[in-house]
Amino acid sequence: MRHKPAIAPNIPSVSADPTVEVTMTVNGQTVTRHVSPRMLLTDFIRHELGLTGTHVGCEHGVCGACTVLIDGRAARACLTFAVQADGAELRTIESEASEDGTLSELQKAFAECHGLQCGYCTPGFIMNIRAHLESGEKLDLSDEGIRDMISGNLCRCTGYKNIVAAVRKSAQHFNRK
Amino acid sequence: MSTRQFGAKISRNIDPELLRGEGKFTDDIPLPGALHAAFVRSPFARARIEAIDTSDALACPGVVAVYTCDNIEHLDRELPLLIPHPSMNNARTQRPLAREDVYYVGQPVAMVVAVNRYVAEDAALLVDVDYDALDVELDMEKAILDDAPLVHPSHPNNIAADFTQVSGNPDTAIAAAEHVTKLRVQVDRSTAAPMECRTVAAWFDHVSSELTVWDGTQAPIGVRGGLASLFDLDEDKVRVIAPHVGGGFGQKVMFPYADEILVPYAAINLGKPIKYIEDRRENFIGSNQERTQIHTIELYATKSGEVLALSDDFLHDTGAFIPYGIAVAQVASTSIAGPYRIPNIRVRFRAVYTPTVPVTPYRGCGRPQACFAIERAMDQLADELGIDRFEIRRRNLIRDDEFPYARDGLLFADGLQVKHDSGQYLRALEMAREAIGWDDFPAKQAEARAEGRYLGLGLAFYVEGTGLGPYEGGHIKIHPITGKVYVNTGLAGQGQGHETSFAQIVADQLGVNVSDVIFREGDTGAYDWGVATFASRAAVVSGNAIYKAAKVVRQQLVEAAANMLEAPTDEIELTDGYASVKGTNRKIAYSTIATATNPLRYAFNEAAQIATQFAPASKHDGPPLAEGQHPGLEATDYFSPSCATWAYGVHAAIVEIDPVTCRVVFHKYVCIHDCGNMINPTIVEGQVMGGLAQGIGGALFEHIEFDDDGNLTNANFVDFLIPYATEIPDIEIQHLETPSPLNPLGVKGVGEAGCIAVGATVASGLADAVSHVSGSKFHYTPVTPDMILEALPQGTAQPPD
Amino acid sequence: MKPPLFDYCSAQSVQDALQKLHETPGALILAGGQSLIPAMNFRLVSPSTLIDINRIPEFRKVEVTSDGIVVGATIRHRDLELDAAVHAANPLLRLALAHVAHVPIRNRGTTVGSLCHADAAAEMPMILLLTGGSVMAQSVSGTRTIPAEEFYKFHMTTAKASDELIVSARFPALPRGAGYGFAEFARRRGDYALAAVGAIVSCDDSGIVTDARLAACGIGSKPVRLTAAENALNGRRADKAAMAEAALATADAVTAPDDTQVTQAYRRHLLAGLTRQVLAQAVSARKEAIA
Repeated sequence: MRHKPAIAPNIPSVSADPTVEVTMTVNGQTVTRHVSPRMLLTDFIRHELGLTGTHVGCEHGVCGACTVLIDGRAARACLTFAVQADGAELRTIESEASEDGTLSELQKAFAECHGLQCGYCTPGFIMNIRAHLESGEKLDLSDEGIRDMISGNLCRCTGYKNIVAAVRKSAQHFNRK
Repeated sequence: MSTRQFGAKISRNIDPELLRGEGKFTDDIPLPGALHAAFVRSPFARARIEAIDTSDALACPGVVAVYTCDNIEHLDRELPLLIPHPSMNNARTQRPLAREDVYYVGQPVAMVVAVNRYVAEDAALLVDVDYDALDVELDMEKAILDDAPLVHPSHPNNIAADFTQVSGNPDTAIAAAEHVTKLRVQVDRSTAAPMECRTVAAWFDHVSSELTVWDGTQAPIGVRGGLASLFDLDEDKVRVIAPHVGGGFGQKVMFPYADEILVPYAAINLGKPIKYIEDRRENFIGSNQERTQIHTIELYATKSGEVLALSDDFLHDTGAFIPYGIAVAQVASTSIAGPYRIPNIRVRFRAVYTPTVPVTPYRGCGRPQACFAIERAMDQLADELGIDRFEIRRRNLIRDDEFPYARDGLLFADGLQVKHDSGQYLRALEMAREAIGWDDFPAKQAEARAEGRYLGLGLAFYVEGTGLGPYEGGHIKIHPITGKVYVNTGLAGQGQGHETSFAQIVADQLGVNVSDVIFREGDTGAYDWGVATFASRAAVVSGNAIYKAAKVVRQQLVEAAANMLEAPTDEIELTDGYASVKGTNRKIAYSTIATATNPLRYAFNEAAQIATQFAPASKHDGPPLAEGQHPGLEATDYFSPSCATWAYGVHAAIVEIDPVTCRVVFHKYVCIHDCGNMINPTIVEGQVMGGLAQGIGGALFEHIEFDDDGNLTNANFVDFLIPYATEIPDIEIQHLETPSPLNPLGVKGVGEAGCIAVGATVASGLADAVSHVSGSKFHYTPVTPDMILEALPQGTAQPPD
Repeated sequence: MKPPLFDYCSAQSVQDALQKLHETPGALILAGGQSLIPAMNFRLVSPSTLIDINRIPEFRKVEVTSDGIVVGATIRHRDLELDAAVHAANPLLRLALAHVAHVPIRNRGTTVGSLCHADAAAEMPMILLLTGGSVMAQSVSGTRTIPAEEFYKFHMTTAKASDELIVSARFPALPRGAGYGFAEFARRRGDYALAAVGAIVSCDDSGIVTDARLAACGIGSKPVRLTAAENALNGRRADKAAMAEAALATADAVTAPDDTQVTQAYRRHLLAGLTRQVLAQAVSARKEAIA
């Protein structure tokens, strides 16, 4: 069977959507892009910026896989238009480890407690927990308190038990600092 | 390494990259200039297509192509029947894009390709399809009646398969029975809902005529075979890569889904990379599901509770098509006697077409249904005969000295006889009894009842045939430059930690750190012999293949090192990447050995000089590589199991019903399980716990809802209730390790273990909680708040404070 | 699940937003977007234009006075939940807000947006009704106050005209000395309520109920006052018998039909049980307030 087209077809490469300019700080770096007003922040982060650690699980705000920090607070990137983040300061999972790749205490706790399996939901959990750790609020580290903290993030692999352990481990470390 | 790695709790090699957000999932693969696909899907459960007009969609700016059954050339055909079986007559499979008829809501009718997914979705809404809706019947028990509307006119009474298996002599045993227990139980429709939906990306290089497909699949080798066949390409021109995959749970073992062939087709057709990233709604209405079975089970017993015979007749909902054959129903039917001796069995099933999303395995694959049937039946038998629930099981469990215990006449899903290979079933039951505190429970329950509370103890035993063949391979090579060990197998991983468990096996054989084992799977360009990841088989089948290959490489290492170090082979030790002579400081790095065993012309680095033609150690008399010898340190071996190996376990739970909300509160949940020798107990526990959580979802929360017209009414995460951490109890897991005699490592599978017995355990506990006030037996899962309310006495709205 | 195309307009002032809303057919207001954007991703809603009001400073205010809390249009649920002055003025808000989805949603979702979305199972519309609150609607032609009982018409339907913007909501402070309670059940944490009940109970010095207010959501097509239950309490001592009678009197308030999760019968059962719980909470809270 031959699979060679004679002449390459003429194919459009960009959508006809109008664009707006957005500028924001992402993981400490200022970025400016021209995007369609309907572009979701998930797609902006993943495909405009190439930060593919933020994952897309449901696109209706239930699973939490796309959780990022917008101006220091955890938020669903799938329920935010990129244009709404104009002027905002964003942090994604790519900011969690240090420059040389050394894992944060929170990431280490996940590895040590086997708090991840397929790893798809993990960045969302990490960013949500990160926001709690940095919130300055007193954390309830009882089993129930931790489960409440991470409710809002779905994991289909671990059954949560080891994530609860990882949160406790990292929070204790965080509290000591 | 001096410490044994097999059996150690080791953190996973894969974790750092996943934790940093550096995973490589399909949609993370950068494909410059990629176009995006979206599907037009049937809004009717059963309809005739009168016309399709794609002109408005094609006119939409940014749209590149719209495909229907009329412009996909040779792909307009029924897709393959993956697992043929004589019980099916003219098994129906799906077309990539519907022609003339649609059979379920969600079936792909057209595929739009556009510059991005936003525009592709805009255009998909502009494809105008004229349907003529037909009558449907979704209730299986009605669908098999003579006047029911047919899904396929070719199949009267909607019967896709009708199959009976018999073990022993049930008729004689039934005649001898003193007591009959009969019940009807149902486990309903659910879905795997992996966190990453299904994904396909494809790129066809017209210069080299090579097709590369990134596919979030559990079966890359199968997909490669299917694509090579459908596109008439030589296998070496098709490379299928399953990169990181965000969970599979069976949904991704089925292939080819329509998108898996249409995306490559569009890539070839348009000369551009194409991506299809399924969205959550599509995952609900377009990706396969499982579970609905209605069992009518009878136990024939003596008055002392010994079960002489079992008869089960069940209906299995196969959805609109049966591409995976009868696998799910067959696993259920051959697991129906559970861990019990029951020497005489007759089990019949009918697989029924319904106008719904097709049914193929989802974690558990028929086992949760079989477990639910037999365990609810054992509880009922105990109740009817006035025997304690633990005791009735004790009287029927296969004893340690009875292994291997074969069920002649029952062929498992691998076409081989059911044979429980090893176990300590009685001990497991005893461990569960102790862990749950059975001896104290009656007093606690009495106290609770006196306070008007509803406290119950649930119990269920499960077995799991795992590690199905036909075979897997393991390929091992020691890299000459780095000295690291490179390992391949034909599986694909979706989070199970293959890279770590298999590295542990290799590390012990070859004396290297687990972190120095480079593992690659899911890439037909790297290794293309094997089957897929399913049926809790990876550790058993690939694990043993890798073990065998590692032993060969070990021998090569020892012999080459003995030669280079001028010592006898029995004095060579392999530790931390070095071969050394016992009791001396003479040692040599694996990289050096690997280099030296590969005769070279070119010294690409300094170390390589030792292997070149004029190096002191080089031969000058005859071929540098002797006849039959191959270069380097490398081996491939295979493992093909003689039959499935049977893992098992017991669950016990203490549950309480909140009479106001009808919520089920878990006071304690214990899981005793035995999957043979454990390679990495941490990973094993993770697998079991994950399965338990899915089991709790299936027992209490997760239910696919269809309305009478066949619309899936909860195709989203708001209405399909996957539990959060707040809904999952802390579960105590205890291990038993009874080696399997069927493979060198003595391992059994564990992937599906956790989920199997949860529904039966919860139902058992709930029935016990209300046994003093209600006859409710909880013969259906998922259990809803209404079912619990019905089991409570009238007026429970006024509970004591 | 990508949203359809729309024109985007970031309003710089209240007048700017109102003018744009007035002149643009099919335009919708974008505040937190936590209900609107999922609906757009499912393509259930296709606004011609989204008027983003997040950059209007006047809307970013919470005013707490002795008689109530005025919440600006872009105040996030989470801001309100953590606001100590709000909590002091009316603790019911924090109790209910803790049940609104999860923290990441509350971080962006606005309370006024939730009031306007008017999901029949949502907590905050019920709290507005329970507390006797109101919303302030503004358009190019003027401003009007709409009391909660007139605002809610049906599931996701309010008295707001299409060219009106709800610029703020007012929750009255908890009456001095009143007891209060809130209880909700959803099968999964953070989900919309299968039923939720709130109570405010005021008594005279002798312990006789002078004003019982009870409201519920999730049980019908909009948040409702449980008037039969209120009547069963008013003028009586709030003892167990009265509370039990009040709980039983909630049955007719449930009008939601059987749905995919639960039946109407279950909702009646649940509502009665939750009503007992909130009344018990209210009585004990009142005792604490007095003590």
